[in-house]
Amino acid sequence: MTLLNFFISGISLGSIYAIIALGYTMVYGIAKMLNFAHGDVIMVGAYVCFYAVSRYDLPPVAGVALAMFVCTLLGIIVEKLAYKPLRQAPSLAVLITAIGVSYFLQNTALLLWSSNPKVFPSVVGRGAIKLFDGQLSLSHVTVVTIVTCVVIMICLTWFTGNTRMGKAMRACSEDKGAAQLMGINVNATISMTFAIGSGLAAVAGVLLCSAYPTLMPTTGSLPGIKAFTAAVFGGIGSIPGALLGGLLLGVIEIFAKAYISSQLSDAVVFAVLIVVLLVKPAGLLGVQMPEKV
Amino acid sequence: MTEPILKVEDIHVYYGSIHAVKGISFEVNEGEIVTLIGANGAGKSTTLNTISCLLHPSTGSVSLLGKPLAKTPPHKVVERGLAQVPEGRRIFLQMTVQENLEMGAYTQTARGASGVAQDLERVYDFFPRLGERRRQVAGTLSGGEQQMLAMGRALMSRPKLLMLDEPSMGLAPILVEQIFEIIADLHKKGSTILLVEQNAQMALSIASRGYVLETGKIVTTGTGEELLASPAIKKAYLGGD
Ligand SMILES: Nc1ncnc2c1ncn2[C@@H]1O[C@H](COP(=O)(O)OP(=O)(O)OP(=O)(O)O)[C@@H](O)[C@H]1O
Ligand SMILES: [Mg+2]
Repeated sequence: MTLLNFFISGISLGSIYAIIALGYTMVYGIAKMLNFAHGDVIMVGAYVCFYAVSRYDLPPVAGVALAMFVCTLLGIIVEKLAYKPLRQAPSLAVLITAIGVSYFLQNTALLLWSSNPKVFPSVVGRGAIKLFDGQLSLSHVTVVTIVTCVVIMICLTWFTGNTRMGKAMRACSEDKGAAQLMGINVNATISMTFAIGSGLAAVAGVLLCSAYPTLMPTTGSLPGIKAFTAAVFGGIGSIPGALLGGLLLGVIEIFAKAYISSQLSDAVVFAVLIVVLLVKPAGLLGVQMPEKV
Repeated sequence: MTEPILKVEDIHVYYGSIHAVKGISFEVNEGEIVTLIGANGAGKSTTLNTISCLLHPSTGSVSLLGKPLAKTPPHKVVERGLAQVPEGRRIFLQMTVQENLEMGAYTQTARGASGVAQDLERVYDFFPRLGERRRQVAGTLSGGEQQMLAMGRALMSRPKLLMLDEPSMGLAPILVEQIFEIIADLHKKGSTILLVEQNAQMALSIASRGYVLETGKIVTTGTGEELLASPAIKKAYLGGD
């Protein structure tokens, strides 16, 4: 039973990584850049929800909606101001800019909200469902996290497979020049991708802080890096890859914490990543793009 | 005379300090196949990309149906009735045949889903092999099928002018002939076509008029037959005597 308990916590943590990893992977797929500021968008989302719910007494659902709205807007603005002017620039310049945006968001959060940790109120309460005479305990947060992740995955898969905008995103990910020749507005499509990724980051932020209630300006960075790892693990650019990578990462992390050492758990996670990349350089579900002639 | 569909007037195009196109002028009238022929690096693709507004001329102008295209963003050019089948086909390899065609119809929102479905059927009628493979991922198609898909995709935007950049590139001789038959057939069915080719023989044999490009300049022009018969052309491009 403890094994199952660990497994479920792993899936739950992994679901959060997966939702964050989606943002990395979609943005990478279309803009071919690593948006290192993505983790900090999570933190902004969590703060917005925190203030909405604890200070202004909004219902949790409204808090989440507001956080999503703010983060979506933030994603669009960051893309427009920081990344769009660098569309033709070398990727190293873009990477450094992304790191800059990350620090900018953290420092702004420090100014606005101070470094004192806030205790995040869980948006779904702290209750739990007990099964098998209490041997298996599923907290509400866990259930909501896993369900949210599944719903998001289904919606995104449907969106990219069936809608005009979603297909345009896939076309842009493959070949922006050809997409332009189809009449697709590539800039608007990239902007849309940032919007979706950042909106999801807000959801991830709320779920993360509901499970681990300490909220600080640096709250987003470590989960951000791990989710980025998950995206690479699963195959960067691939939506199912983000899910698989996120879940695996979560499960490995929880088991490493339980059975190896909680200090070493992150090292174990990265060791697994390195092994996987040695065997499959494109990640578990990554596609090796055929060389262009 | 009626307005030409495309009018290119004295365009100069640079890549940084490289002067790739040096004052080219030509026009394409409704119902014509006009071909631009020339060797590697003559500036053919540069010219097409300038017409598609992917590149901007430093001087000179391009107009479509009498209206200048200057400063139009590339995605709006498609709405105005220009479709380009780019060099190397550039189909979306990870998307299905049908999804590729749907991307071609991206600007056709006014026609609605049923209008697009009709156009899809027209393309499948014209290219039955694409119809048989509509659910297949485009990366699995053969070179010839990929070229058909690239053309079908461009037709989905219902262009007033279809521009083809080296459609015969990398195809076996038998497929080259097939592709040129298709182009002639499209022309017969009413398409106006600007055809860029290195295969001068084939291109001139189906073209109404041709322009010969050398290092960024037009050096000769004439009807397809005139150019095919011209000794200078024979020597330079047809490898004959
Ligand atoms: N992106 C670029 N940057 C710099 N120079 C370029 C670029 N693209 C093309 N050129 C140069 O511009 C000139 C014209 O190139 P262009 O691609 O238009 O030729 P082309 O006639 O289409 O040749 P091909 O038959 O090989 O396709 C060449 O000298 C080429 O080296
Ligand atoms: Mg070319």
